[in-house]
Amino acid sequence: MSVLTLRALSKRYGRIHAVDGVNLTSGEGELLAILGPSGSGKSTIMRLVAGLEMPTSGDILIDGKSVLGIPPKDRNVAMVFQSFALYPHMSVRDNILFPLVARKVPKPLRQPKLDQVSRMLGIEDLLDRRPTRLSGGQQQKVALARALVRDPELFVFDEPLSSLDAKIRSQARAELRELHDRTGITMLYVTHDQIEALGLADRIAVINQGRLHQVGTPRELYMDPADLFVAGFVGTPPMNLLPIDDDTIAGLRPEHLRLASTASAAGDYALDLEVTVNQLEYLGSEWLAYGTVHSGLPEQGEPQQVIARLPAGTEPPFSTGDRCRFVGTHQDVRWFDRNTGKRKPAAVGAVA
Amino acid sequence: MNSSTIAPVEHAREEGLLARLGRALDRPQVLVWLMLGPAVLYIIAFVGFPFILAIALSLSDATIGDPSLDRYVGLANFAAVMRQDAFWIALRNSLLITAASIGLLLVLATAASELLVYSFRGKRLFQVLFILPWAMPVSLAAIAWLWLLDSQFSPVDWVLVQLGLLGPGSPLGPFSHLYYLGRPWLGIASLVVADVWRMLPLATIIVLAARLSIPEERFQQARIDGAGFFRILFRITIPALRPMLIVAILFTSLLIIGEMGMVEILTRGAPGHATQVLPYWAYLKGIQSGSLGQGAAIALFLFPFLLVAAVLALRAAYRSPEA
Amino acid sequence: MSGRILRRVGFFLGIGLLGLFAIIPVLWALITVFKASTDLYVFGPNPFLFNDPPTLDHLVILFKNTNFPVFLKNSAIVGVCVVAITVLLSVPAAYALARLTGGWGERSGMAIFLVYLIPPSLLFIPMYRIVVWLGLANTIWSLVVVLPTITIPFCTWLLLGFFRAIPRVQDEAALLDGCGYFGAFRKVVLPQVWPGIGACMVFAFSLSLGNYIYAATFITASSQRTVTAGVPTELIRGDVFYWSELMAATLVVAIPLAIAYGLFFNYLVGGFRSAEEALTGR
Repeated sequence: MSVLTLRALSKRYGRIHAVDGVNLTSGEGELLAILGPSGSGKSTIMRLVAGLEMPTSGDILIDGKSVLGIPPKDRNVAMVFQSFALYPHMSVRDNILFPLVARKVPKPLRQPKLDQVSRMLGIEDLLDRRPTRLSGGQQQKVALARALVRDPELFVFDEPLSSLDAKIRSQARAELRELHDRTGITMLYVTHDQIEALGLADRIAVINQGRLHQVGTPRELYMDPADLFVAGFVGTPPMNLLPIDDDTIAGLRPEHLRLASTASAAGDYALDLEVTVNQLEYLGSEWLAYGTVHSGLPEQGEPQQVIARLPAGTEPPFSTGDRCRFVGTHQDVRWFDRNTGKRKPAAVGAVA
Repeated sequence: MNSSTIAPVEHAREEGLLARLGRALDRPQVLVWLMLGPAVLYIIAFVGFPFILAIALSLSDATIGDPSLDRYVGLANFAAVMRQDAFWIALRNSLLITAASIGLLLVLATAASELLVYSFRGKRLFQVLFILPWAMPVSLAAIAWLWLLDSQFSPVDWVLVQLGLLGPGSPLGPFSHLYYLGRPWLGIASLVVADVWRMLPLATIIVLAARLSIPEERFQQARIDGAGFFRILFRITIPALRPMLIVAILFTSLLIIGEMGMVEILTRGAPGHATQVLPYWAYLKGIQSGSLGQGAAIALFLFPFLLVAAVLALRAAYRSPEA
Repeated sequence: MSGRILRRVGFFLGIGLLGLFAIIPVLWALITVFKASTDLYVFGPNPFLFNDPPTLDHLVILFKNTNFPVFLKNSAIVGVCVVAITVLLSVPAAYALARLTGGWGERSGMAIFLVYLIPPSLLFIPMYRIVVWLGLANTIWSLVVVLPTITIPFCTWLLLGFFRAIPRVQDEAALLDGCGYFGAFRKVVLPQVWPGIGACMVFAFSLSLGNYIYAATFITASSQRTVTAGVPTELIRGDVFYWSELMAATLVVAIPLAIAYGLFFNYLVGGFRSAEEALTGR
């Protein structure tokens, strides 16, 4: 059970700041996801932790000890690559044993470890095959086994689900979580897929353009985004972000943008909008209504677009082209500083 | 997981030479130079240094008898070389033979690669036969051609006579022999055919490799759009091959223009100097006649032109939008 | 339907013509080797047929009465040494260029190519002097020292392609699994490029065997000659050509080489493919 700490970690490639002063500490045995769009620097963080790259400045600590001078082979960080990186010239057995062989673990100790991890992952029958003849799901299990076999202090995942078929992805996700709970190894999980991050992680670190934007539980990220980037990045569809005045932006989750007729609290709304419904989408479990705001916001250039999410139980009481009144309560609306992008307590002159 | 974890093995850091070397090998920056170094040093010593020496020799009056470099004669060797008629004939022939060979090779290699993309029965045997010309040492290949084109016993002549194309009262003249290697233009044509024959396997491998890199979807799309074989060839295949065709041209033309074995064995530059080429002329002057300076001057003559041509061609290949 | 048949006919016609073009001189050589001299040097009858019974005399003469076995032995020694030097130098160099030098390595394919602009035809005169300085003139070791100048750039370029075809994550996985940088190369990457190394060995062997200009320039002693310069100088005496023996010598060398090439043909194409992709920056 190890604790990973990143201290003012920076990595520059020429003039590009791939990672820019990231401070982050994992919990002991935590599954910590690093979530960000492609090019955000999340993969660089992972490579720095694994020792495949050297940081420009800052420090990486495992259990409080800096690992900067330690080459990758001695860091005891295991990594599961996006492409799994199995060795095509070796059998599955030799792939799994390779970390033990490379570390010169005495022979008698190898077989029990092999048995243990292959049983844990249910791949005992595949040991004599070549990796190229395995399905994507099987390859992933072999990659996990190869990483697990040497009891790493830290487990790093580089989008390990993205090369799997959509069908088996949710199953693989559940298995990964189970694996984590069984082994209790601290895991760093890098992904651009928020569904994966939200569904899997204990906590999520959101990163963009090399900077850390927020660290929190999936629920904190969703309910209390720390800034406009997180608000706009987490959640599908994302938060409605509506400029109120020169300093303030109001954020409201689509499911919190309710029809005035169905809203419980009467009268005292933080947002009260007249919206023309342009489009209605039926998604099975819910409806999404896309609309244009007519009034309820200060006139500021282009009309604002909003999205509302309605439960699928009943037909919405409006159809495309209708003009409806949508509201958001004080409890649901989040306020952001328009200049810094950061959260702020409440709007001063909120809309009447 | 069970609690008995296997700790990473602590490597004993005894200060032996092997241990120190082992640790040096583990620093990527050191490793790069350790791995690259020997090859680079070798190339500097045995290509870079002789190249400089070639330039020095071409500016000196060194001979095999007196190979010292102490007499600097400026461009006198170049001037002397350029006064020889044989040099100009050799230059013309070198360029002509190379250009003609390349032209034929491009067509044949593209055609051959188009055929070799498909699999067929006996392909392996075909590959062995097809690569034979390239597998043969050049001098032995030249001897095989010398015998095939023999002035008296050439079976090619025999076939032509049987077909009524050669012999008294036939289109190719009254004699029963063409004397391929004894006539100026026929001699050059023979050299071209022999060079094409020798280089075709290599050129085909280069083009075939590029051909296999073209995504199959492009051909399928074109077929769906109703394009026929030749349309696909000229609109899809050849434009996509272009950068590698340039590389194939460079590669094979450097090999052809630098080869002297073919000429030495097939024609010895005869009749007169009609089939002389630069490398053989450099050999005759520099080694046989012993004038190292003039030989080096002849050998160096083409270098600046080839350098410019190669850099331009590689840039074109590199920048090609299809690349 | 007829269109497909026409296509098939055209395809095999093309294959047939190509094959014929490639083997005509070899075929003629093959016939010559086994022909009795009385059958060979006559006018009139079909030269492709055996009018007298075929004979092995010429092969026997080649091996018994000429220096050919010595040439063959010298060529084999030179070839094996050159291949060894080439592999030892170009395999690590190609890996270093493919992996460890980052952005600079991107253009290395081209840089190697430029070495080819300085071909043997330019270098043989100064090289002769260097060989004399090294005291290697008139020995096969002069070729062992000099011929890698031809094979190393080529093999490095070809291997560069093979190494680039192995994804970099393979090295990285090995690093994390407990290998050092050199260990990752030796244990994970190298075993995956054996076909490429094999293709390079065949290529280097045949290039070293085939080079004529150095062999003819450096060596004049018969006992030190290799096949490529020895056969034309010693089996041709003035105007007397021992044609059958010459053809036998040609085939004895060419056929094993062609079979070796044939075995590696597909690997060679594969290697060229990745090497070309590296060169044009795809």
